[in-house]
Amino acid sequence: MSNSKILANGVDVYYGSKQALFGISMDIKEKEVTALIGPSGCGKSTFLRCINRMNDLIEICKVSGSIKVDNEEIISEKTDVVSLRSKIGMVFQKPNPFPKSIFDNVAYGPTIHGLVDSKNELEEIVHSSLKKAGLFDEVKDRLNEPGTSLSGGQQQRLCIARAIAVNPEIILMDEPCSALDPIATAIIEELIDELRLNYTIIIVTHSMQQAARVSQKTCFFHLGELIETGETNKIFTNPDNTKTQDYITGRFG
Amino acid sequence: MFFWSLVLIAVGIFSSFIYGRSRIKLNSKKQGTKSKSLPNYYAQYVLMWCLFPALIVYFSWAIFQEQIIQNIVISNFEFIEGAVYNEGLLLAEIRNVANNPSFADGKSIEIINAASHYSSLRQISQISFYTSIIIIMLLGALYASQKLKPEFHAQHTIEKYIQYVLIFCSSVAIFTTIGIVFSLIFESLRFFAEVSIFEFLFSTEWYPFIPIREGQTAAEGSFGAVPIFAGTFLVMVVAMCVAVPLGLLTAIYLAEYASQRVRKIVKPLLEILAGIPTIVYGFFAFVSVAPFVKAFGQSIGIDASPTSALAAGMVMGVMIIPFISSLSDDVINSVPQSLREASLGIGANKAETIKKVILPAALPGIVGAFLLAISRAIGETMIVVVAAGTAPNLTGNPFENVTTVTVQIVVALIGDQEFDNPRTLSAFALGLVLFVITLFLNIIALQIVKRYRERYE
Repeated sequence: MSNSKILANGVDVYYGSKQALFGISMDIKEKEVTALIGPSGCGKSTFLRCINRMNDLIEICKVSGSIKVDNEEIISEKTDVVSLRSKIGMVFQKPNPFPKSIFDNVAYGPTIHGLVDSKNELEEIVHSSLKKAGLFDEVKDRLNEPGTSLSGGQQQRLCIARAIAVNPEIILMDEPCSALDPIATAIIEELIDELRLNYTIIIVTHSMQQAARVSQKTCFFHLGELIETGETNKIFTNPDNTKTQDYITGRFG
Repeated sequence: MFFWSLVLIAVGIFSSFIYGRSRIKLNSKKQGTKSKSLPNYYAQYVLMWCLFPALIVYFSWAIFQEQIIQNIVISNFEFIEGAVYNEGLLLAEIRNVANNPSFADGKSIEIINAASHYSSLRQISQISFYTSIIIIMLLGALYASQKLKPEFHAQHTIEKYIQYVLIFCSSVAIFTTIGIVFSLIFESLRFFAEVSIFEFLFSTEWYPFIPIREGQTAAEGSFGAVPIFAGTFLVMVVAMCVAVPLGLLTAIYLAEYASQRVRKIVKPLLEILAGIPTIVYGFFAFVSVAPFVKAFGQSIGIDASPTSALAAGMVMGVMIIPFISSLSDDVINSVPQSLREASLGIGANKAETIKKVILPAALPGIVGAFLLAISRAIGETMIVVVAAGTAPNLTGNPFENVTTVTVQIVVALIGDQEFDNPRTLSAFALGLVLFVITLFLNIIALQIVKRYRERYE
């Protein structure tokens, strides 16, 4: 397939003098779910946060190498970070709704990007985003209540709705289910499966079952290096690398 | 006298400690068992029993001795029939003669007698003071030493005693506060007995002069505090107009834009501003800012007075900038990083994130900071004394002289009048009002800050 959405080449990341990622190269296809797995501190979240330049927030973090999104270099001084981030949504480990109403949480993105001209249009976007995130039916009667009043799983779906409200092409998920119970996790996983039809999704996860369930491609990170990448089925049944084998069978990590 | 008694107590402490330590070692050796606590705890136990009773005796002597001696002297004084005595003057005279025999020349025989009576009483008091301290210390040590047995849990007892000491220390501050509040209330009641509370709170004439001598033709004073509250309010508003934008923007810069290095340097520097004595701000206001305000007023055709609400308020604003910036900076910093990431992750830029996410989330805490700053501003004295003037004008014009509650308190207490007329008593009433206002502001502010903290922790 030639429709590669994200193309990383030789990405190095340093936190101060400590190197966190070593020459990561990766090819992520459009409208697929790619799972990044690996033990804690292996750099998978760091890599994820390179894709939407979230590492800029960390003063001591230096990124070098090349990442192309839709054939456009994003590791560059000239990159328009704001438009990059509106194209790449992100869902975080801990649900982080704004201390605003449910409606305003979702309306935040469209409003600041000027995507809507009228109140009706805004309402439409909010409703459709909530529907896509599978939350609308649960909250349609209380859109004015604070987002923080929802349960953890609902909050996380609210954050997904908030991310897709600006119509991104890529969604980054940084352990989206690690703070949730199994039922909420199952709902989110189902949602990811649906979202795959319209979005390119990269998900960092600690749960190998989750990676196996939701992803088509899996990348295994270890100590800042990309050890193996391939079809999820293959990685979990017949990996090429013994380290991958050891990790997925639970011998370390 | 009291110096040597302190030496005496110190000796007692030292020897009781040594005694307790060696005694418990001896006792446990005799019984052949190990003591329940370390020897030092037994030593401390003896020490406490030696020290605290002695301190109680010491302080009660220090407080009551003079009073008791004076009472005895006065009650034994041979008053001459028909003569008028002022007790305070009489006592002063007796004390003078007693302390310095050369003053005895030309004094009446009654006074000389009383003076020698006074001296002898003092001597008796001193001797009995030393003996009672020694006896009390010995008794305490004796009581404690009976308990010096290996099976006695000295450590538990010591911890209990230490708790009592801590409770005592913290209650000193609390009781002092309560005492101050009550004295404010009682003196204010005396004031309101002479001036009606409605006049005080609602009348607009502040003319706190009263005839000092009988028959003096000075007008009756009037005590309408409205112009004073208005002046306080005006100065406070000017101060907040300066401090809120500057302080808040400083906080935003420090919390969101400044690099760690800049922050580390700038924040302490700002906090130094809070350490400048307010009188220094005061003469800065008077010498530099007030003339500038006057000149500025003239240049735009307003007749500004040499001291003005504007000058005082502006400098006061500068003074409270660190309050607002430092507190707001803390509040903004405690907004979780995840909210910043959420906003930036959607593609909001920094300004949008601050305006729409950070500030709304931090707002309760920031309002709390403002309220604390306001209560600081209306309680501030030295700047307004020097730079705002003392004229009780009821005006909204910041170029005019105004006066504030704190200034009027200072004015009322300057001079050597006794606290028995409305002029001086008005200080207490004003103080009470000030206290009530700042108390409420502080309570509201702390409540807001607290509620906000609970939300994010």
